[in-house]
Formats: sequence, C-alpha cells, structure tokens
Amino acid sequence: MDTATHKELEQKAQRLRRLVIKMIGTAGSGHPGGSLSAAEIISVLYFHELRLDPQRPDWPDRDRFILSKGHAAPLLYAALAERGFFPVDELFTLRRLGSRLQGHPDCRRLPGVEMSTGSLGQGLSVGNGLALAARLDGRAYRVYVLLGDGEVQEGMVWEAGMAAAFWRLDNLVAIVDYNGLQIDGPVAAVMSLEPLAEKWRAFGWEVVCIDGHCVAEVCGALAHARSVKGKPTMIVAATVKGKGVSFMENRVEWHGVAPQGEQLAQALEELGDE
Amino acid sequence: MSRKMTTREAYGQTLAALGAENPAIVVLDADLSKSTRTDLFAARFPERFFNVGIAEQNLMGTAAGLALAGKIPFASSFAVFATGRAFEQVRNSICHARLNVKIVASHAGITVGEDGASHQAVEDLALMRALPQMTVIVPADAVQTAQAVRAAAAYVGPVYLRLGRPAVAPVYDEDYRFVWGRADVLREGRDASIVACGIMVAQALEAAAILAQEGIEVTVVNMAMIKPLDTVTLLAAARRTGAVVTAEEHSIIGGLGSAVAEVLGEEYPVPLLRVGLPDVFGESGRPEELLAKYGLTASHLVKAVHQVLARKRHA
Repeated sequence: MDTATHKELEQKAQRLRRLVIKMIGTAGSGHPGGSLSAAEIISVLYFHELRLDPQRPDWPDRDRFILSKGHAAPLLYAALAERGFFPVDELFTLRRLGSRLQGHPDCRRLPGVEMSTGSLGQGLSVGNGLALAARLDGRAYRVYVLLGDGEVQEGMVWEAGMAAAFWRLDNLVAIVDYNGLQIDGPVAAVMSLEPLAEKWRAFGWEVVCIDGHCVAEVCGALAHARSVKGKPTMIVAATVKGKGVSFMENRVEWHGVAPQGEQLAQALEELGDE
Repeated sequence: MSRKMTTREAYGQTLAALGAENPAIVVLDADLSKSTRTDLFAARFPERFFNVGIAEQNLMGTAAGLALAGKIPFASSFAVFATGRAFEQVRNSICHARLNVKIVASHAGITVGEDGASHQAVEDLALMRALPQMTVIVPADAVQTAQAVRAAAAYVGPVYLRLGRPAVAPVYDEDYRFVWGRADVLREGRDASIVACGIMVAQALEAAAILAQEGIEVTVVNMAMIKPLDTVTLLAAARRTGAVVTAEEHSIIGGLGSAVAEVLGEEYPVPLLRVGLPDVFGESGRPEELLAKYGLTASHLVKAVHQVLARKRHA
C-alpha cells in the first residue's frame, strides 16, 4: 500500500473515533476508552484487510472478524455502518430499547456482526471453530479476533491459544489491543500479562509486536500473518486508551463513561469534527 | 433392544451413523471420548473430531464457532463439566447467540457412583433449563437416546441431552419413534400419575406394577423433554388422576419436578410430590446403593404415590 492509502486509513480511523464519541454521547452510556484505542486496528481491518460484501453479509467466503472485547461495540458498529452494512444514521440508536445496536454486539440482530460477544475471553475459541470449519470446507477465508489486554487474563483465552497452535490454524489472527488499562487500574498493577509476547511464542504462535496506532504497522503485521504457515499469528498492538481525546488518554475513568456537554464538544473538536 | 445398554453407548453409535449420513456433523470432546463414547465417531471420522483436551470452556466456544460456519457440532463431556464448568460459555456463546450446538453430556446424576460428588451432576437440568433458547432432553433408555440424538441433529438450535454412566434396562422396543416436544404415556391409570425422566422411568414402571397389585392404577409419563415441557400431556394426566409424583435423578430444585410444579401450580394444582435429591450432593458408593440411600427406587416411588393419594383424599 502506498502512503496515500495509509493516510486514508488514518482519516477513516479518526472518523470512526468521531462517530464513537457521538454515539456514546447520544446514548449517554458506553465504553469510549477501549473503542478509541482500537480505531486504527479496526480501520485497517474493515477498510483494507477483510474481504467482505455488505450486500451479502452471509457470503460463505467472507473473512470473519470477532470483537472478543465486545465493549468496543461502538467502534465495530461505526466501521460496519461506514462499510455499508446499515445506514450511518442508525448508529445513534445505540443502546436504545429496540435498537439493533445492543450495548454489546448481537449477531442475531445486526448484519455484519459475526458473533455475539461481551463476556470477555470467549471470542478466540469461537475463532478457532470458524478457522477449523474453513479448513474442513476448503474455504480460503481468514479469521480475525480482537482481544482486550485485560481480557487476556481470562483462562479461556489460554485454552484457546493452546488449541489454535496445536491445530496449526494459520488462517487465524488474534490482535491484542494493549492499551494497558483495565477497570480497576493499570493492567500491570491489577494482574500483569508480561512477558506477553514470550507467552504467546511459548504457546506456539507467531508473534508480532507493533504500534497499534500506526496504520502502516498494522497493515504490515496483517500482511505478515498471511505469509505465516503452520501456526496462528498474534499481533500485540501497543495502544493508548482513549486515544485522540486529550482528557481521555490513559485515563481509566474513561473506560465506561459517556462524555456529555462541554466534554463531548471538546472531544469532538479534538477529533477534528467539522 | 432387550438387553441392558448404556445411553452413552447408544449416543456414540448413533453419532457414528449420523456422521456417515451428514457431513455437517462434527464432534468435540474434552478428553473423555472413551467415556462419552464419542470415540466411536472419532474412529470413523477423525477429520471431523476435535479433542480440545481438558478445557471445557474452549470446548463450548469452539463448538460455537463451528456452528457459526454451518456445522452441526456435538460437544460432549461429563454433565458436571459441560454445564457447570462451561456454563457461561453455553449461556453467552451458544444460547444467546442461538447457535446450533448439541451438548450431549454423560455421567449425569448419582449413578456415576464411586467417583463421588465432584463428578455427580445433580443440578445440570436446573442450569440448562433456565437458559433461554435451550432445549433439554433426558432419554430413558438406549433406544430413546438413539432417537433423541437423531432428532436433536435435525432440530436447529441449542440442545442439552443428558446421559448417564451405567447400563439401563430397556423401556422401549426398537420400533419406537421419538416425537419432538411430546411426552410418552407408558401406562394409563386413574389414581395417580408418575411423571419421570431418565433412569427413573424404568423405576416408575416398576412402581406402577407394584401399585397395581395393591389395586392402585397409576399413569406413567416419560417426560424426556424437560424443555419445552409437554404441558398438554402433563395437564391431561393431572386432570385424569388428580395426584402427581415426579421422579428424576437430579435435585428436586430446578429440574423436572420444578418444571412440573410450575405448570401445575399455575394451571391445575393437585397434590404433588417431587422425588429426587433433596438439595444435597451425592457421595461415593455403588450406583444401586446410592439410589437406595437417596430415595430413587421403585419402592420410594410407591411410598410417594401413597402419600399423594392420602393428600388427594383429604383435599
């Protein structure tokens, strides 16, 4: 990819951020921090990497993306709307009674959502199942799972990690949005994951460590994953929670609080809202 | 089928046959395939069999992913682990996502025997029954198990199928046909009804034979589907007999007895007695010793029928 396209992916990430803040601001609740930290990752996935057809959300050969950190639902919804799965206006029904945009993703309500998530730790196993099915059916689709860093504390993630390597699922890519904060404080203080890359390598994964806000690095890591044979790839993406909004960056208070009034206006201004 | 056979053996055989008929069927186990008898499928279709090791959460999540891609996964383990260890995976990744996963758990109830309380699921029906979208089936013998497994494979949606460890006496003959959502009335009598599931169906029939010698005629209903419950058959039996005993190898809290009590309490209250484990865990022992100690035999059912009949007379 040339730099111009990288520029577009950066702009798209920033647009997703604006939508996320507007959605959560309108809803009056939601999780801005972990949506903002993953904006470049989602931008690259949905506007560069994933083979999708919004007109055919059930296309059997589409790539699968599972948002295992389901609380970043606003970011996923923004990407799906921007990709054409449903009207952008519908984003502002987030969390309202009757909305297809549930507080956490619901695959039975909204086209484009591959799996219902929200309870942490469960997405990677589902990714395993999808990757196994692709192999059984001789389909070339790839499976992508986005995990939160705190989420990796769940034992089930390691069960799934062990199995994915054992089954040599080279059609599976996991990405950890390593923003370093969880609800009760810094991940390093609550229950450290370190040495995270070494752990996944020891589990038999190809591991790539990147700056999760650099679209070139995200693109490069995903391209590398496609070239890896015989094992799954883990991308450990260093990110900043609340990225793009000065008063949210690295602030754990903004894990699950909606900006309102002046803070909402300031957040949107900082994100370059027209 | 006139000889005694385990329901898990019937499961394994049926699964292997289904595997040949339907390439969408895949099977997962968590290091218990020789006990759950999914090894019979694994031997024939190794490429469609996935042993996740001792990792029940990943078992359910992987099954969910396979179902998302259009497979029909059968996920097996012991009932304690399938429903307890992985409860929240079953809840969120299977039932809430409404995925077509069949959870077939063996070694349910106290007839696990010598392994003791840690391995004896007495609350699995309560857990599974409380989940929206879930269907819950407890077959009475090997013939019904084979039929129920086929019916579960044909149905689209999550199913919990509960099997035991020991061989069970046959209740049905080979030409029996399982009908989805319908209980079987195995014996008709006007004095009282015994509504049973699983291994207690054979005990109920034995109790009915004993009671008949006393001049008490009992209706015996095999309520193999705990959910959705066949309320039509249940209410007809309650109206006809005016007294009901439930029988299950499970806690009296949350299983068949509770399901029956819920319906009768709202629709047609009659004297009711729930036979099952009285809010306790099991322990080590031979299955028949445990059934006797915890009151799950034909003679206990006879006593229970006497009790509801006394209440019916005083009602």
